[in-house]
Amino acid sequence: MTQPIRLVVRRTSELSLPVEVSTRIPSVLDAVHESVEILTRHAFAGLAATPECERLRNRFKTLLCEALSNAMVYGHREDPAKFVAVRIEVDTTVVRVHVTDEGAGFDPAAVRPPLDPADLDRETGRGLLMIQKLADSVSFNPQGNSICMTLRRP
Amino acid sequence: MGFTATKDAGGVMVVQVDGQLIVGNRQELKQLVQEALDHEERKFLVDFSKAGYIDSSGLGALVSISKKVREQGGELRLSGLNEDLRSLFELTKLDTLFAISDSAKQALVAF
Repeated sequence: MTQPIRLVVRRTSELSLPVEVSTRIPSVLDAVHESVEILTRHAFAGLAATPECERLRNRFKTLLCEALSNAMVYGHREDPAKFVAVRIEVDTTVVRVHVTDEGAGFDPAAVRPPLDPADLDRETGRGLLMIQKLADSVSFNPQGNSICMTLRRP
Repeated sequence: MGFTATKDAGGVMVVQVDGQLIVGNRQELKQLVQEALDHEERKFLVDFSKAGYIDSSGLGALVSISKKVREQGGELRLSGLNEDLRSLFELTKLDTLFAISDSAKQALVAF
């Protein structure tokens, strides 16, 4: 990854809430982990280092990683010229993550995760199920190319 | 951050996940296990006690590895899943596909 990722961080004063972090990430799967780490560091800068916050941080990372890779793989067919837009809002009660791709969108209700014993050997199809479990609430825009995931803060 | 592979006295390849197992590094794990299979290794333990987070691609990689190990008549076990990771395996019903132990030590005696 040689392309720099530019972040926009908005907060009223140092380490105070609410904070908003936004960026655009090229559709390169190797960039997902680094992007997740950088975004998490900025979004969670003011959060205490308690075990509850650590769990929240890991749930957040998993959700962000999942949404980014879905956008890159299914929304953009891994075309590095296409960008995934991320906007994270953190206030005193919730963390909200918006992930938007440039694709045509999809119908989340049509996704069937491989839960039957005969399907367990399938390698894909579990992402949305994981998102729905890990987030406290999930919504999509009507086009289906933008997801909003909300986590309640401990 | 990545994977550390060591062979224990009982001939089990122990693969430690350091940090994350996700879309960006799952191929590395698949390749590591494939190379070990090519070298006639048949017993594998993937330990998550030092793991941070796993995404669905990481779960998919484990499914793929488990298939390959089974096809070669081998055995794959998992250990060290924290409460959150374990709940992901339960959610996806992958807890029924894998032999999961609390610790690497417990897993190693089960081979």
